[in-house]
Amino acid sequence: MHDHTTPTTPAASATSAGSATSAGSATSAGSAASAASAASAAEDDHVYLSLAGATPGPEGEGRWAYGTGFADPLLGVDTTLPAGLDGADLAAYCQMLGDDALVLAQRLIEWCTRAPELEEEVALANLGLDLLGQARLLLTRAGQADGSGRTEDDLAYWREDHEFRNVRLVETPNGDFAYSVARLLLFATARGALYEALAGHPDPVLAAVAARGVKELAYHREYATAWTLRLGDGTPYSAERMQVGLDAVWPLLDELFTAHPVELRVGVDPATLREPVLRELAAVVAEAGLTVPDVPPLATVLGRAGRDGVHTEALGPLLAELQVLARAHPGATW
Amino acid sequence: MTGAAEVTVRATADPVTGTAETATTARDRAWQVAAAVPDPELPMLTLADLGVLAGVEVDGGSGTVTAWLTPTYSGCPAVAEMAADVDRRLRAAGYPDVRVRLRLDPPWSTDLITAEGRRRLAEAGIAPPHPTSAVAAGSAPGPVALTLGPTRTGAVAPVTCPHCGDGDTEELSRFGSTACKALWRCRACREPFERVKEI
Repeated sequence: MHDHTTPTTPAASATSAGSATSAGSATSAGSAASAASAASAAEDDHVYLSLAGATPGPEGEGRWAYGTGFADPLLGVDTTLPAGLDGADLAAYCQMLGDDALVLAQRLIEWCTRAPELEEEVALANLGLDLLGQARLLLTRAGQADGSGRTEDDLAYWREDHEFRNVRLVETPNGDFAYSVARLLLFATARGALYEALAGHPDPVLAAVAARGVKELAYHREYATAWTLRLGDGTPYSAERMQVGLDAVWPLLDELFTAHPVELRVGVDPATLREPVLRELAAVVAEAGLTVPDVPPLATVLGRAGRDGVHTEALGPLLAELQVLARAHPGATW
Repeated sequence: MTGAAEVTVRATADPVTGTAETATTARDRAWQVAAAVPDPELPMLTLADLGVLAGVEVDGGSGTVTAWLTPTYSGCPAVAEMAADVDRRLRAAGYPDVRVRLRLDPPWSTDLITAEGRRRLAEAGIAPPHPTSAVAAGSAPGPVALTLGPTRTGAVAPVTCPHCGDGDTEELSRFGSTACKALWRCRACREPFERVKEI
């Protein structure tokens, strides 16, 4: 209800224009709606008008950053660490999952103004927004769990590439639309399965992020599946491009199922997801009339990969763009 | 909106001096104030209509009001506005000490939108969501989850046009101006409309 993903895109304008037309066409429903919204607009003295009178709460929750305040995504949530959970491990795990979400969100958002259709641009930005929301919660949790008190912004903007724990799958450049769809299919299928398993995690914050993430990732998976079917089952050329996309992204899949010691200690062993996820992916690929790629996994560096902070050369430039503003104006708020 | 009128009435009362009232009454009064706050992006709905307001409590001793909100989507950027609005309305109604808290569990679902909320959505030209149980049963459009088959886009679905009431509608895009809405079109009256997606 409250997600201005791309409020200034022509899509949004077109939608409003459509609504305005319908309201103006004097159907009784349209007239009632416009009257109601006019009334509520008059009554609803918006929050921006009263910013000057705002005061932070006694526990510091009423921070008026970003113009409105209440910037903490875990505002008032009980953040006590459950007994038996190691804070450093939980923090590292939340960073892994949070970095996956943050980096893929950044890649998805790069499609803005570049997608083949306006609707797809809006869709990809919406998916990125879901992931960004998950990343905010997970990184905030990470900063609490390790006792460092680092905020989501500290972690997102002030770490170097070797400190990021995301899998390499999410950081590779977008490629063409088929590659991005293939990447999204792999990630959404695997992450949806992981979130399902994590919904019963002893950490209540991680469990809550996962429980809601399951529902969001279902839409991501559906989107990627629909496009895989449409391209694979389309023209010979679209099928060829989709197959090339799958072939190119498939070597990065194995890392999603390769356990880091932290994952074994505090999370779900991703190796347990390999079989069900591969089965689901194979079903989609078959339905699309394509072939499951038979390619070896991308090589690691002495067994170390994204979860260890060993990344491809693509992550640095991505982070440079993501972090440049925060680093140019340290501590700035607006 | 009737809810806003309610706020005006409450604001003239002084809840702090109402020492004789029961705890339940005090909570109900605070609930009324918080429940009347409009959603920042769907102002025809209140936070109570939307199912975002998860609870309100008043501490009988200190008079502190605590309001819990359940955010909709993980990436919902309006959570801050909602929290600030609730905080401001409660303070304006005379409660000097207000805490706004987020409640993440259980997660928000479109099933929490009230009947009144659904009515107001339709009245504003936005098709309300189906029950998520209907989606799970496969009889309504929604996330396909793991089951495969023909995509739902373009499939015959029981979505009624909020403008003309006709059932001959089609989905144009699963993703619309906000994360929670899809873009649809009525084949009968040819008008586009938005529809709240089940989640």
